[in-house]
Amino acid sequence: MTLVVLAVIVLFVLAAVKVMSIYELSAELRGGRNDDVITEKEGKNQAFYWVLFIAGLFAFFIWTFFEYKDKLLPEAASAHGPEIDLLFNVTMATIVFVFFLTHIILVYQAYKNVYRKDRKAVYFAHSNKLEMIWTIIPAIVLTGLIAYGLNVWNDVMYSGSKDAMVIELYSKQFDWTARYGGKDNTLGKTDFRKIVAGNDLGMIEDSKGNDDIITKAEFHIVKGKPVSFKFRSRDVIHSAYMPHFRAQMNCVPGMETSFEFTPTITTAEMRTKLKNKNFNYVLLCNKICGASHFNMQMDIIVETQEEFNKYIAEQKNWMQQQAAATPAAVTASIK
Amino acid sequence: MSAMENTNQDAHVEPIVHASHDLHHSHDDHDDHHHVETFWNKYVFSQDHKMISKQFLITAIFMGVLAMMMSMVFRLQLAWPGQSFPFLEPILGKWAPGGVLNPDFYLALVTIHGTIMVFFVLTGGLSGTFSNLLIPLQVGARDMASGFLNMLSFWFFAASSLVMLSSIFIESGPASGGWTVYPPLSALPQAMPGSGLGMTLWLVSMALFIVSSLLGSLNYIVTVINLRTKGMSMTRLPLTIWAFLVTAILGVLSFPVLFAAALLLIFDRSFGTSFYLSDIYIGGQALEYNGGSPILYEHLFWFLGHPEVYIVLLPALGITSEVIATNARKPIFGYRAMIASILGIAFLSFIVWGHHMFITGMNPFLGSVFVFTTLLVAIPSAVKAFNYITTLWKGNIVYTPAMMFAIGLVSFFITGGVTGIILGDSALDINVHDTYFVVAHFHLVMGSAAIFGMFAGIYHWFPRMYGKMMNKQLGFAHFWLTFAGAYGVFFPMHFLGLAGVPRRYYSNTEFPIFNDLVDINVMVTWFAILAGTAQLIFLFNFFYSIFRGQPAPQNPWRSNTLEWTAPVKHIHGNWPGAIPEVHRWAYDYSKPDKSEDFCPQNVPMTEKEIAEGAH
Ligand code: HEM
Ligand SMILES: [Cu+2]
Ligand SMILES: [Cu+2]
Repeated sequence: MTLVVLAVIVLFVLAAVKVMSIYELSAELRGGRNDDVITEKEGKNQAFYWVLFIAGLFAFFIWTFFEYKDKLLPEAASAHGPEIDLLFNVTMATIVFVFFLTHIILVYQAYKNVYRKDRKAVYFAHSNKLEMIWTIIPAIVLTGLIAYGLNVWNDVMYSGSKDAMVIELYSKQFDWTARYGGKDNTLGKTDFRKIVAGNDLGMIEDSKGNDDIITKAEFHIVKGKPVSFKFRSRDVIHSAYMPHFRAQMNCVPGMETSFEFTPTITTAEMRTKLKNKNFNYVLLCNKICGASHFNMQMDIIVETQEEFNKYIAEQKNWMQQQAAATPAAVTASIK
Repeated sequence: MSAMENTNQDAHVEPIVHASHDLHHSHDDHDDHHHVETFWNKYVFSQDHKMISKQFLITAIFMGVLAMMMSMVFRLQLAWPGQSFPFLEPILGKWAPGGVLNPDFYLALVTIHGTIMVFFVLTGGLSGTFSNLLIPLQVGARDMASGFLNMLSFWFFAASSLVMLSSIFIESGPASGGWTVYPPLSALPQAMPGSGLGMTLWLVSMALFIVSSLLGSLNYIVTVINLRTKGMSMTRLPLTIWAFLVTAILGVLSFPVLFAAALLLIFDRSFGTSFYLSDIYIGGQALEYNGGSPILYEHLFWFLGHPEVYIVLLPALGITSEVIATNARKPIFGYRAMIASILGIAFLSFIVWGHHMFITGMNPFLGSVFVFTTLLVAIPSAVKAFNYITTLWKGNIVYTPAMMFAIGLVSFFITGGVTGIILGDSALDINVHDTYFVVAHFHLVMGSAAIFGMFAGIYHWFPRMYGKMMNKQLGFAHFWLTFAGAYGVFFPMHFLGLAGVPRRYYSNTEFPIFNDLVDINVMVTWFAILAGTAQLIFLFNFFYSIFRGQPAPQNPWRSNTLEWTAPVKHIHGNWPGAIPEVHRWAYDYSKPDKSEDFCPQNVPMTEKEIAEGAH
């Protein structure tokens, strides 16, 4: 089988070589080789193809835009999200404009100035004025974008509010665990050396931790209430990516990182907006972390305060969980 | 030629060191009794820059074809996840049981694909081929400053390629942590199979690669600084040489930092140190490592990593400057501004690395600083793009295949470059970091643009390398199909990124929110197959022309630079007689008072030109 494939390839190459030599020979006989490496006619053809191609490219861009725009992330579901989206749209509009403008100029020049035997190019080596123009204009535009962007960045990153609900997102190959600060809204201390089955986060004896609530597979947050996320990782770097909230932060073993946002649209509301009753906000892993990196997820449920209160009341806190299970190992480990 | 004659009389020329006189001197004297040429010292252990250049090129083409085939395999998985492709099993064996790619091996392929493309094709291959070919020929030197080190540079490159390739065949598979190999993933064999022996081989290979790159770069720098022919002042150098020189300097300054990063990683992996590791529990066990930080690795890596993208890009831009000026039959517009932007980009490239780390938990204020420096790079880049376009203005453009690729590069450079403004803006990066938006961005601006620069260089200097012409019709076909293919592959990826699809995902099927993106992936894969197939045209044209191409005239593109004054047949020492002297810059195309539309650098100035103060 392999031999046959190889033989076919060899024959194919040989045939191509043969065809090629005949072609080149005949081109020579027809007097195809003149002193121009590229004849005027060939040049004209290519110049025309440039116009066709760039027109096609524009059409493709516009088509993809309309085809895919509804498949992109829906409107932002966090308080800072619309700010980021607006910045994105402004920046995108600028660069799309630049893209079209420069390509139009490029293809126009490429078309218009194609080689003609009877013409000579203009000896035009530099112009301080022109170069100033295209140094200064991008500089001004960029200064505007930077100032605007940094403004948004500061809003997003320095949003710290005192009444934020503290949630830890704990990552490991290949799942997430969420931990609420509980009644005192404060996370209990942990130590990775204390990790055993039944104590996945390595909780240690710490009164602040007794009321902590640990959940898997999904976690709930409250519309309009800021959440202060703390991120940790047990093994390799992961990244907590919550695209609907325009939020992302790496989870780095050996250190704690954080990100804060306020959800603004409940899951139920988003389902109505998207006309998709199965829609769920998700937390994805966005830093390569091993074989199942592509399937490391948790659902995020945004709900009203009442719904949340009901949900959280149903959860067992760390002390209750232990009392229920108490494998000897766990008790021993947290001592 | 005596040493005296060679002393510089031109005020522009920096003093030439004496050692180099002797080198020239002895070459000239000994020209009549050649060293005995054997197969081994001519084709294998050659110290001749022209042969070494071809060795780099052929190796890079081989590596490039492999890396491209890898991308085809994982593109199949992305378009038709979980579907069986029976032909994969005989090739990949246990990595594709039943013809379905295994997730670990998916990551391995992505990693090796990226590593090969960035380092072996576009760093070693691009600089190795064209710096070697063009530096001596364009500055007017008999060879590189040290032929021996130059030969070593290639053989370290070859050894490093071999080690990298061998890692594909080992039991536990090659490195799989992404081309950036961030620890702890890459440091702990428990984390993934690829972090075992495969990762060790990756590190060994990169160490060899860095040695190769440093030997090459030092040689390029010394040659450009010291071995320029009489009259070749720095401000008469073709922009290719400026680009290669600055690229080499970037390499010398940044690769040692990667070496340090790799060394510390080796220590952590093998000798129990904790530079990058702390508080880790993996494989049912708490590890002893304490006090290190993976973020340290990221800083070290990107201190190389960002300059690296310019190491890839600058030579391509240099080649483009040369090809566009020659074929537009016009001086490159804003020669000095071009040099200034090369220098500006090079300087800035050292202070922007943090833009890869906005969301690592870095202090947001530090992030702001990196936003500022990053967006500054956009200015010299914009200057370059506009200068290319202005060079076409009122030109007399000859569409050689090289020229097609050069203009294609300008297009990619713009399309890929503008999205950098989004990624460099920390607030926007929060949501697109590590998504397919990034994959789209860097494949256009670094991947496609640099590959097009490389193709432009190959089509343009093929006659100089092999004494033959490549077939232009096949060149055009290759260009259009590749151009369409590349846009078709990388443009739609922006939308995947904006839909929130992370990169390095084996499949998107686990997330219902990605369900309606399947047809984008299918389309992208078809374009990838188109682009991949188009490379067969190139391969055929390349090898066919080496053996059976039409003989090349001495100066087929009617170009000004010195390499076209050397005889078509390669000789050791490049020019049979004295080295040509240089009397003008490289861009006297279509000068008004000349009858021809070009005027090579070795043509003396007329009285009138001197009176006008031309340089
Ligand atoms: C046939 C052309 C190519 C195709 C179809 C292709 C496709 C891809 C795709 C789909 C990925 C992302 C895979 C993932 O994240 O799961 C990728 C990664 C990558 N590619 Fe390409 N690529 C091509 C050529 C190139 C070139 C010319 C370069 C040179 C710069 C390049 C450099 C990279 C790098 C650095 C990565 C990242 C690897 C990583 O995530 O560690 N590719 N390629
Ligand atoms: Cu992960
Ligand atoms: Cu960078």
